[in-house]
Amino acid sequence: MSFINYAAREINCKIVYYGPGLGGKTTNLQYIYDKTNPKSKGKMISLATETERTLFFDFLPLNLGEIKGFKVRFHLYTVPGQVFYDASRKLILKGVDGIVFVADSQIERMDANIESFENMIGNLEEQGYTIKSVPYVIQYNKRDLPNAAPVDEMKKELNKDNVPDFEAIAIKGTGVFDTLKAVTKLVLIDLKRKTGA
Amino acid sequence: MENTQFILYEEEYKKINEIILRLAREANAKFVFLVDKNGQLIAHCGDTEDIDTTSLASLTAGNIAATSGLAKLLGEKEFSVLFHEGERDNIHITLIGERIILVVVFDHRSSLGLVRLRVKKASQELKKIFDELTEKIQKEMQAEELESPFSEITDEDIENLFSE
Repeated sequence: MSFINYAAREINCKIVYYGPGLGGKTTNLQYIYDKTNPKSKGKMISLATETERTLFFDFLPLNLGEIKGFKVRFHLYTVPGQVFYDASRKLILKGVDGIVFVADSQIERMDANIESFENMIGNLEEQGYTIKSVPYVIQYNKRDLPNAAPVDEMKKELNKDNVPDFEAIAIKGTGVFDTLKAVTKLVLIDLKRKTGA
Repeated sequence: MENTQFILYEEEYKKINEIILRLAREANAKFVFLVDKNGQLIAHCGDTEDIDTTSLASLTAGNIAATSGLAKLLGEKEFSVLFHEGERDNIHITLIGERIILVVVFDHRSSLGLVRLRVKKASQELKKIFDELTEKIQKEMQAEELESPFSEITDEDIENLFSE
């Protein structure tokens, strides 16, 4: 749910990075944070355990610039990927405007990807959304690993709606900004559609 | 209702600011801010210069979200007031209606009792404004009169955001 503030001339949108545990959601945010001009970003917050597993969420505010005299701000969040943090995931999905599903390309994580994707659909429905109503993109992360599943196979399992998808090596930054750009674009187009005459 | 767009106009923004300014003064608070449940900062006043208000807003919303998760587990509808006590500063958080969070930060110059008293009055006034605002947005949406800077954006505008 975007927030349009006429007084401050700002538009705020919320993007959530979803996906199985250790898939690279936080790494995506970390890379965006590291490579963004300090003027365009706020502080990155990570609510993580001592072993750097996301406990509640990571948060990164980004200023993208201006459209029609309005500052465009995106708030990026990640969910905790581990299965037992489902209650927290539901909370973070509230008010979401767009989603990046970060899949782990390792062949042995395929089941975890599918489980997480189905969990996302279920949680969205609980919040009154459908997967068709929320703009989303898919990222196949960790493409550099020797045990990566073929992209075609991953597409077949995860991208049945044929949304924009990207191969990535988040730790090196490959594909990270392409993914972000695609989802922000979809969100803005969706906003235009929702508010358009 | 929760999934409808949230829009704040100049008129309501002014009224809201007046209320939180008065609240900050009457409660002897360091600063006061309003956040929506999704973590977006709506308004703030007081001594916020050295404070990262964006992070504060997001964490407050996270805090409220986690607490209302707890409430539901216990069969409560909501815990509508939260209080965090620190060595120097304290935070008083109140839910207003279903969507807005009012946060008051204060130190030894004030007290929990005074803050609670002042917050109660301000909450009622704020609730009225936000209820009216929600009604206004819904009416405009139904009538398809919602003016938005986004109704006329072009692909080029979007592309330009990423050109730098």
